[in-house]
Amino acid sequence: MSGETFPREPFAWLSGYLASLRDQHVLVHDQTAQPLAPARVLEIDAEDWGKAASVAATAGLRWAACWGDHIGDELVLRAVLETAGDYIVLRTVVPLGKPVLPSHTPHFAAANHMERHTQDLLGVAFLDHPDSRRWIRHRAWPDTDHPLRRSFSGRGKTQASTPADANYRFEKIQGSGVVEIAVGPVHAGIIEPGHFRFQAVGEQILRLETRLGYTHKGIEKIAVGRDPDALARLAARVSGDCTVGHTWAACQALERASACQVPERALILRALMAERERVANHLGDIGAIGSDVGFAFAHCQLSRLREYWQRRNDELFGHRLLMDRVIPGGVAVDLDAAAVRLLHTDHVTLRRELAVLFDILDDHPSLDDRLLTTGYLAPDHARNLGVVGFVGRASGQGFDLRRDQPYAPYDRFEIPVPLYSDGDVAARMRVRMDEVYIALNLMDQMLDALPGGVTRNVLLPAADAEGLGCVESWRGEIISYVRLGPDRRVARFFPRDPSWLIWPTMEQLIAGNIVPDFPVCNKSINASYSGHDL
Amino acid sequence: MTLLPWLLTLLQAALFAAAAPLLVGWIKKVKARLQNRRGPPLLQVYRELWKLLGKEAVMAHTASPVFRAAPYVVFSATWLVAAVIPLVASHLPSAAMADVIVLVGLLALARFVLALAGMDIGTTFGGMGSSREMLVSGLAEPALLMVVFTLTMSAHTTNLASVMDYIAGAGLLLRPSFLFALGALVLVAVAETGRIPIDNPAAHLELTMIHEAMVLEYSGINLGLMEWAAQIKLMIYGTLIANVFFPWGIASELTPVALLIGVMAITIKLALLAIALAVTETVLAKMRLFRAPLFLNVAFLLALLGLLSHVILEVGA
Repeated sequence: MSGETFPREPFAWLSGYLASLRDQHVLVHDQTAQPLAPARVLEIDAEDWGKAASVAATAGLRWAACWGDHIGDELVLRAVLETAGDYIVLRTVVPLGKPVLPSHTPHFAAANHMERHTQDLLGVAFLDHPDSRRWIRHRAWPDTDHPLRRSFSGRGKTQASTPADANYRFEKIQGSGVVEIAVGPVHAGIIEPGHFRFQAVGEQILRLETRLGYTHKGIEKIAVGRDPDALARLAARVSGDCTVGHTWAACQALERASACQVPERALILRALMAERERVANHLGDIGAIGSDVGFAFAHCQLSRLREYWQRRNDELFGHRLLMDRVIPGGVAVDLDAAAVRLLHTDHVTLRRELAVLFDILDDHPSLDDRLLTTGYLAPDHARNLGVVGFVGRASGQGFDLRRDQPYAPYDRFEIPVPLYSDGDVAARMRVRMDEVYIALNLMDQMLDALPGGVTRNVLLPAADAEGLGCVESWRGEIISYVRLGPDRRVARFFPRDPSWLIWPTMEQLIAGNIVPDFPVCNKSINASYSGHDL
Repeated sequence: MTLLPWLLTLLQAALFAAAAPLLVGWIKKVKARLQNRRGPPLLQVYRELWKLLGKEAVMAHTASPVFRAAPYVVFSATWLVAAVIPLVASHLPSAAMADVIVLVGLLALARFVLALAGMDIGTTFGGMGSSREMLVSGLAEPALLMVVFTLTMSAHTTNLASVMDYIAGAGLLLRPSFLFALGALVLVAVAETGRIPIDNPAAHLELTMIHEAMVLEYSGINLGLMEWAAQIKLMIYGTLIANVFFPWGIASELTPVALLIGVMAITIKLALLAIALAVTETVLAKMRLFRAPLFLNVAFLLALLGLLSHVILEVGA
């Protein structure tokens, strides 16, 4: 564990970055108003877009997100970069008539899919992008359709028949004995759709290419015109296993945009639910990793614990997955003293059961044989891909928003962050086991620190305002951008699920493994299809 | 020669096929209990089989006659092996029909046809399953033959019933060669019947499957026959272990009392073996595929040691 708790100075590094930009003759229109606080917005010219990324890459910043926004006759592009817990937002404008912009992908591998997403949905052409294939908008959609343009109807288009998504050029490897294995988009078991194309020699995987976008639901488009409550309900459904995280991020963005103070009690309850979501998912996934290597015992036991946990969610919070419990301005549920006592008891019971179970998982040669060295993601690769969450923490990337950019109420708790550099399936499982214990301790502290008072303040949506929500969900950092229009309704919503940054690691960590180990590698990163496809 | 022994032979073969699903159901039940689950009812396997046998079979349009014929060939070959193996009574006329080497050959035939059928449709998973099955069986078969040689050299016969008589007659004699052979046969049985740690019969992930991947394209009665054949195969290996190495209780005369004792003996032996299998499957995870050859090399080595120790220690004695 790394427990650096020295007081840090925010944006200490920014002057250095700005100086480097000046050296590259990049003009920064620094605004005095900071609409996306605590992030800093740097307004730059479109032709400097690529240079700004190149300087940022040299300075060691992490690339986190990019999205476009159709305002008037212009397309506004934003990219989020982070280092040491501080976020900057690069902002630029391109005319609708000539939507061309230098790409960030040559400098940041993580930008690849999100830029192609923007290219597909908003019709922005990225220069120097190494890969101009469509990503989210499959071939079944006509070339001229750009759903996020304002001219495109919010009701969408209904086609009489959907043509097959053919002619996607997968990279092929030539050579004797190389076989191509196509898997999906429909999989065995109850998981989401996605296509995986393997190039393999015998059982050895040479290369994997993922093809996503099958669960595109048009979330960004249908968010437009919603009021805050309706947006929160939509955000809750971006990815069902991460519903608290996404709702919190969206509400945080709304609250920052509208300068709404959330009551103390509601903040603690939100964090409590976020930690409950973390525990439930970690338990379920650790069990599923066992199931994927034929160790059904772990699966049965952990599924049982997760089931009890979720029943308690239903009993005390009114929903098994805690969906729609976080609402703009606060939370929709409250706990009484009996519930707090019950949760304390639950934590004791769970700790006792896990002590036995995790001990078995830890010290099981037959499991070690399957999990150690499998699906190795080197710390260098992890840094280059800018991966976050438990996948990053198993490969030496210790970033955790709750500690590094603490948002209320995490600023008043000490958050230990497990950090390993082994980078294999076992390390990812190890991180998640540690995080379960840490979450249990945190929840105990939160229950003890639960203040009285109301659980919701009224949120009056501001007009023409924007906000950025950054939340550490169980899967990793969520960045949620919300812009409210002059009618005080949502004009743009972009939830950046951590899966955007986690999926690319799959192609990296699977190389050299054998085909039958793919399911366990996939389960060990457990990226969301729905959160990525939007 | 009267009609009765033949009638009993047919009855025993029918019993073999009829009891195989029960054995699988029992293993599932025990495994579920070991995992603190209630598990499906014992008879669930029969219900599923019955359902499959009554369902329409859907064929891929690329299916060749090999694919269509395979379930029948696989089932008949496997059942034929089952009919020859003494289950309840040892001296039935069928025992003279085929010796151990023919039995190994029949099982190989079933596997060969199954692997062909896996590749026939041309889907990825079937081909992968077939290639993995060949990897496993190519290493398991020599080990199995070595076990057979050890036994037949001791008993001076390749007839299974006579081998059993010989072992039963020799009493509980601790022979190193037999211990080695038993170890090898257990490992081979685990690999050949697709159990953990080689294959996971409960897997739902196509990419990890061996046996299930080959029968992925089958449906209805064809799938039913394939599954039934796999269940019979599991029981064949169980019976081999139980009756060859622990031949007590098997009916050597065809009297009602002896037969009754025979039925009870094999039931208890198989039930215990199944519990042992369920326990190992619960405490072990599946191996990485490329470890399977190591596993089977151990089986081969054990069998070879059995043979050698027979030649060195027991031949002159």
